[in-house]
Amino acid sequence: MTTAAVTAGERTGRARPATMAQALGRALRDAMAEDPTVHVLGEDVGTLGGVFRVTDGLAKEFGEDRCTDTPLAEAGILGAAVGMAMYGLRPVVEMQFDAFAYPAFEQLVSHVAKMRNRTGGAMPLPITVRVPYGGGIGGVEHHSDSSEAYYMATPGLHVVMPATVDDAYGLLRESIASDDPVVFLEPKRLYWSKADWSPAAPAPVEPIGRAVVRRPGRSATLITYGPSLPVCLEAAEAATAEGWDLEVVDLRSLVPFDDETVAASVRRTGRAVVVHESSGFGGPGGEIAARITEQCFHHLEAPVLRVAGFDIPYPPPMQERHHLPGVDRVLDAVARLQWEAES
Amino acid sequence: MTVQELPGAAAYRPTPPPAWKPLTDPAPLLPDPEPYRVLGTDAAAGTDPELLLRLYAELVRGRRYNAQATALTKQGRLAVYPSSTGQEACEIAAALVLEDRDWLFPSYRDTLAAVARGLDPVEALTLLRGDRHTGYDPREHRIAPLCTPLATQLPHAVGLAHAARLKGDDVVALAMVGDGGTSEGDFHEALNFAAVWRAPVVFLVQNNGFAISVPLAKQTAAPSLAHKAVGYGMPGRLVDGNDAAAVHQVLSEAVARARRGEGPTLVEAVTYRMEAHTNADDATRYRGDSEVEAWRAHDPIRLLERELTGRGLLDEDGIGTVHEAAERMAEALREQMNADPALDPMDLFSHVYEEQTGQLREQAARLRAELDAGNGAHDESGAEEGR
Repeated sequence: MTTAAVTAGERTGRARPATMAQALGRALRDAMAEDPTVHVLGEDVGTLGGVFRVTDGLAKEFGEDRCTDTPLAEAGILGAAVGMAMYGLRPVVEMQFDAFAYPAFEQLVSHVAKMRNRTGGAMPLPITVRVPYGGGIGGVEHHSDSSEAYYMATPGLHVVMPATVDDAYGLLRESIASDDPVVFLEPKRLYWSKADWSPAAPAPVEPIGRAVVRRPGRSATLITYGPSLPVCLEAAEAATAEGWDLEVVDLRSLVPFDDETVAASVRRTGRAVVVHESSGFGGPGGEIAARITEQCFHHLEAPVLRVAGFDIPYPPPMQERHHLPGVDRVLDAVARLQWEAES
Repeated sequence: MTVQELPGAAAYRPTPPPAWKPLTDPAPLLPDPEPYRVLGTDAAAGTDPELLLRLYAELVRGRRYNAQATALTKQGRLAVYPSSTGQEACEIAAALVLEDRDWLFPSYRDTLAAVARGLDPVEALTLLRGDRHTGYDPREHRIAPLCTPLATQLPHAVGLAHAARLKGDDVVALAMVGDGGTSEGDFHEALNFAAVWRAPVVFLVQNNGFAISVPLAKQTAAPSLAHKAVGYGMPGRLVDGNDAAAVHQVLSEAVARARRGEGPTLVEAVTYRMEAHTNADDATRYRGDSEVEAWRAHDPIRLLERELTGRGLLDEDGIGTVHEAAERMAEALREQMNADPALDPMDLFSHVYEEQTGQLREQAARLRAELDAGNGAHDESGAEEGR
């Protein structure tokens, strides 16, 4: 499926509608074609092409030694990737679903994140850990977790979340090329989002660590990333009816965190709402709100608000719409930004 | 009432399941029931005298290293030292069977293996000294960092060996783990990956009787740890871990097998930890003197010494020379460890990422300013108190 559509676009040399999943697959393919040390490994990544078909065609094109179906064991997959990276390979690991990555947590925290530091810079580990993450696709339990707070609390890891088709390609290429380990969180519910995109000439994107203003505005800043970006853009459009001109900042990575872009935006607008679907308590929003308060206190017209998933285990699919922050919840928060204090 | 008696049973024709056959014949994978021994047996006659003498010198040096490092903990020069006294035969054999291009994956107790492989004795102690985590470049020595989490280095060894084979390199990885570590999930996953990938890896379990205080019988219900191999489809080998010649021979065969592309081997070396788990542990709470004494009679250095002197390969003078060399090593180690290492606090931020994040740059600037201001928290007396 992906290969056919991408090839059509390539033949005509024009940008055509492509899904995020297709762009991710193409990023893997191009990285493998350019660099023989890039290896893909995980469960079902070979013959099946991954349960989301992101790795479709890679085993056929590059062989099973380059795109390897592993035993079903996440710690083993990531642990083996550590050894492969120690020997000079550039492994890209697929964790099939967010909550399936937890058995590999010790490898990630104790070895992947720390090897550069433990060895005084002698042994960096260029590993990319791809994690299909987040909810909104009707998955049963253990298929919809948002685990970014765990990863961002671990020094030594980059934590990257694309929200657009261009970023899916560009950020994944950069992650694979990075000599540091990257946890690459792929928002599952955006896998089938489409944009005009040309695999022959992918649009250049900002590097990891740079946030991007997706929609300029003057009244308040919505700060978000990954699966919540489309929600915020839709909310910003809807807010114009209330006379609010909202700016939307897409963080694109939580580590490194782009203080400059965030602080500059909030200083312009004076109001900020952080939006993400992972739980609020102990979540990324608390850190972001604290940073904004530390850096922009005298510019703030209102407290920094958070719109997050509830502090509950991810709910069953028939209930997930109540948990995930939607447009209305974002607009409610915007309405609470003490507008009456403006004059 | 049988099936045949049921009404309509005559018409019932159960469909047989599709034909099943085991993937691997388990018989050649099973370990021998008794640990393999060489010293004091007929097999000893076939051993290379040069190798035995080398093993002996390294064992004595290793024993002295263990004693010196333990003494350094009492002087506060080492934060902690997990002694491998009694297990020297395993440590030395692990180091000596490998070629330069091979890789060693040691656990935290395997400092001696790293030193026997040629690592500088002081560099080998940086982790336990507490100044830095890993004092050497793993690629330079082909020694992975001493691994504190249990068994997590085993999948690394598998991945490295697998990568080497993919690149067409003739490299073997030898990974060391204790009996307690075999209960960890990473042990299982590493062995399973290695067998499925036929990776050129040798797993050496040093069964020293205890995981801190928990004896083997509370760790596993398997006939032996070597028996675990059969479930993964690799051979398990059981060896007397205090018999240096036997450990060397069994590991050599396993390494040769891996190098021939025949896949991994699990070796269980049955040995005994003569000292406590570390200097912070009280072994008298979980084991009696008589047990320790029984193992003292089976000391790896005495076993080898008896063999060498019995065959006229070693005399009192030779023993003296070996001990003098070990003493000189200990003296040099003592001297070097008595000097405080030169540390730069700014190094704390140097190797977190290839390029510092904005947040780390800010924090580094803050520490720099505190150091420049001569803040009392950073002076020498503070460091002494923290030690």
